[in-house]
Amino acid sequence: MRFLFKTDYEDDIRLFPHSGYLVSYGLLIAVLLVAPYVLSSYLMSQLVFVCIYATVGVALLILTGFTGQASLGHAAFLAIGAYTAAYLQKYNVPFPVYFLAAGLLTGLIGALVGFPALRLQGIYLVIATISFAFIVEEILARWESVTNGNEGMRIKALSLLGAGVPRDSPTFYFLCLAVLILTIVGTLNLLRSPTGRAFVAIRDSETAARSMGVNVALYKVKSFAISAAITGFAGVLFAHKLSFISPEMFTLQLSIEFIIVILIGGTFSLHGAVLGAIFIVMIDPFLTYLKDDMPGIIAGIAATFGASADSAANVQSKVAAFASLNGLKGAIYGIIIVLFVLFEPLGLYGRWLKIKLFFQLFPLYKRATFKRQKIYVKSERNR
Amino acid sequence: MLDFVQQLVSGIALGCVYGLIALGFVLVYKATEVVNFAQGDLMMLGGFFAFTFIGMMGLNYWVGFAGAVAAMALFGMLAERIVVRPILGYPQFSIIMATIGLGYFLRSIAGMIWGTDDFKIETPFSQGVLRIGALVLAYDKLSVIAATVILCALFYVFFNKTTLGTAMRASSENMLAAYYMGIPVKRIVSIVWAISAAVATCAGVLLAPITFIHSNVGLVLGLKAFPAAVLGGFGSIPGAVVGGVLIGVIESMAGFYLPEGWKDVAPYFVLLAVLLLKPEGLFGLHVRKKV
Repeated sequence: MRFLFKTDYEDDIRLFPHSGYLVSYGLLIAVLLVAPYVLSSYLMSQLVFVCIYATVGVALLILTGFTGQASLGHAAFLAIGAYTAAYLQKYNVPFPVYFLAAGLLTGLIGALVGFPALRLQGIYLVIATISFAFIVEEILARWESVTNGNEGMRIKALSLLGAGVPRDSPTFYFLCLAVLILTIVGTLNLLRSPTGRAFVAIRDSETAARSMGVNVALYKVKSFAISAAITGFAGVLFAHKLSFISPEMFTLQLSIEFIIVILIGGTFSLHGAVLGAIFIVMIDPFLTYLKDDMPGIIAGIAATFGASADSAANVQSKVAAFASLNGLKGAIYGIIIVLFVLFEPLGLYGRWLKIKLFFQLFPLYKRATFKRQKIYVKSERNR
Repeated sequence: MLDFVQQLVSGIALGCVYGLIALGFVLVYKATEVVNFAQGDLMMLGGFFAFTFIGMMGLNYWVGFAGAVAAMALFGMLAERIVVRPILGYPQFSIIMATIGLGYFLRSIAGMIWGTDDFKIETPFSQGVLRIGALVLAYDKLSVIAATVILCALFYVFFNKTTLGTAMRASSENMLAAYYMGIPVKRIVSIVWAISAAVATCAGVLLAPITFIHSNVGLVLGLKAFPAAVLGGFGSIPGAVVGGVLIGVIESMAGFYLPEGWKDVAPYFVLLAVLLLKPEGLFGLHVRKKV
């Protein structure tokens, strides 16, 4: 293990605290760069979705994790980005232009949503963002001259530097990866700037932040705008990946999935957002696996333990019937959310930190290190 | 004019259902500071219990109704014990997520058990209409309004005249202080969840003849009841009912007088407007912030 002696503030905010980080992230990036030439096209497609979800997860993390403003309306921002791209593409606007335009427009709308949100807190903010998302969804369905209504819009493959980039090509994957990495590095830099520290101060205590001279209103609006703009960029990629968008894709369900991304990953770390995105996207392949291969494997295990061929086949059909139950995905979502909230509120990344700390402090580790504090007196109503 | 009154009454009836679900939100929020996103799904489950007792087992309507309410009260206590009690007193965000997860779970389990079809419960008053002049009022809508009035009266008496109700108000004011005064706060919270699940069941059963029961009805109506609770000011019982009725009437009027598509979003526009002007809702308490 390695001890880090921090002697000044610069040490504390360094992007790479020691060379080990450079090695491990370098390896990760190398693996990600080789991936499209190794993995199957289905898994590649899932990896692209992981990149897009992780980008949105990071955006939501800026707003919910670091500024403390809960939002259940991010599907609407994603939709605005996607529809801006689709609309501008119809008029042969080049990709870089509409990519930036989508981000800018979404950021602007995000700021507009941020203004009303200034006066709202906690549950009122959640319901206001849900209302915003419903209204956007309805507008997309009704404003037929622009959005083509419920029929949806087709999106052509994007063209970059005169060359077409199909949605399942390695180049498209590299583009998504680049956006994700830029977002993560940008967010890391944001967090060590005065703006990011103001965000965290607002999350921890609005009153204290205000008394330290932080312009709470300005920074809340900024946080909304930045988060929305990043989501808008992700929306463009999302639209290109799906190649077809319609209003019913951007429902509350999607917003909740984004929240699950940061919840499962851990609401305080960028690693968490990526881990959560991997988790959410990989549920579908996992369910397919459960449906197709798992019954055979379980029957095989039963056979090796001396079950007769009949009962093995019986077990196989039972497992298959269970795996193809309607709504299994929803049940798994539900159980996983509840279990994470109850037992691992710091998320997957928190679990990793705990394991790391256990080995670092090995004989001296105390179980109470990560114990949560109850806050009965600090109720939302009396705060 | 007649159209207007007709729309008003059906809006009020619909609004009373929202109000009943919102009542569940508010009861739980008042007592425990927990925002229960699974309230609509409790309503759905209550409807399915009633359907099982009445439609499948062939019990008498009232017996089945009472059975469903009792079963759901137990279920509410169970849900509280398993999901909510371990995280009571932690930040709002985790509790919201936990109840969203519970809602997901209930919805898909209900879909697995009862299938994804629409179900209907035969009620004693599902046929027949009341005619006042040219005004036509269906009995099932009137029954919703009547039930809401009765439940509100019961709650008023319960909270203001009984010891248990006073204990609940005390623990909702300040959980820790109530605990120090010898009020069994944990048991109170259990009872609150039982009551709110029971109220949700009433809403589900009364609604069954109007919108049918299916596994997603909880999500759809829960998302309408939620603005109702916020509009009235989260944490105010009369506010929940008034908010519900307002949402119902707005929806009904928008569906009749405005172009298509406004019906579903009009309540949310009104909600956003109210939140902008009066962020604590119509009946909410404005508490001054202490440093």
